[in-house]
Amino acid sequence: MLLGIIPFGVITGVAMVASGIPPLAAMLMSILVFAGASMVASAQLLASSAPALLIVFTTLVINLRFMMYSASLRLHFADAPLGRRLAVAYLTADNVYGLMLARFSEHPEDPGKFDYFLGAGLVVWLAWQAAVLAGVLIGAGVPAAWRLEFAAPLAFVAMTIPLLRDRAMVAAAVAAALVIALSTNMPLKLNILLAAALGIAVGLLFEKKR
Amino acid sequence: MTLWLVLLGMALVTFALRAAFLLLPPGVELPALFRRALRYVPAAVLTAIWAPEVLVQNEQLPAGAVAIAVAWRWRTTFATIIAGLLALHLFAWLI
Repeated sequence: MLLGIIPFGVITGVAMVASGIPPLAAMLMSILVFAGASMVASAQLLASSAPALLIVFTTLVINLRFMMYSASLRLHFADAPLGRRLAVAYLTADNVYGLMLARFSEHPEDPGKFDYFLGAGLVVWLAWQAAVLAGVLIGAGVPAAWRLEFAAPLAFVAMTIPLLRDRAMVAAAVAAALVIALSTNMPLKLNILLAAALGIAVGLLFEKKR
Repeated sequence: MTLWLVLLGMALVTFALRAAFLLLPPGVELPALFRRALRYVPAAVLTAIWAPEVLVQNEQLPAGAVAIAVAWRWRTTFATIIAGLLALHLFAWLI
């Protein structure tokens, strides 16, 4: 699993520096924001001189999935002290959440949930920051012919596919992909927002009535 | 200046999303529709992020198909990235 976030972290570092973000600001962003996809997207938007508000809004949409993770983690940590809940919030990342789910979703009464989350979160956090730092330092040093920038979408493919376990989930993803395919000329990544919104709506429509 | 505004805004928004439900007082319930909609957020948003790079008319499309197949079969991020990158170069050479 760490093997997956390391190339993605390196790409994120390279993408930020390549779009003109100074190395120190890039590392600061990596520590404060700690969410790779939104950092790659905002680097591209910054390079195209998009307005700040739009970049922040795009970040909101891309990172909306963290809100879903926090709703799910609430089941495990609602009674934890505030400090621990804040630590869980900060360390929430796709793969940390995935590990937590794999370990505790079948056995929610098992002890050591916070220690497990903290351990997984810190390992992922350290590996991620080291990878971003490497990317920032390498900067434009990676030969463009290697086309490593394609690793970022590939990392997201790897995160998406295991989610597609039922009809409604597949419908949500297919709808999002269709919207993207039909709206590639939309400026400033607005089609990402549109695709996300319509994908969610289609998922709801395909959901079995309960 | 824009950079610092963006950085601060991104940090605040992202942390707020991560903390949202963890900071909600116990007993507070959310509208059912909202909770159901949240379930589809990762699949829809993640797809909206990778689809623009994959659904283009060159070697990225078949390379993306290879990556999806590998992700489906083995479910490991590293294998997906390696297979996708190798396929990208292979198809670029073939096309």
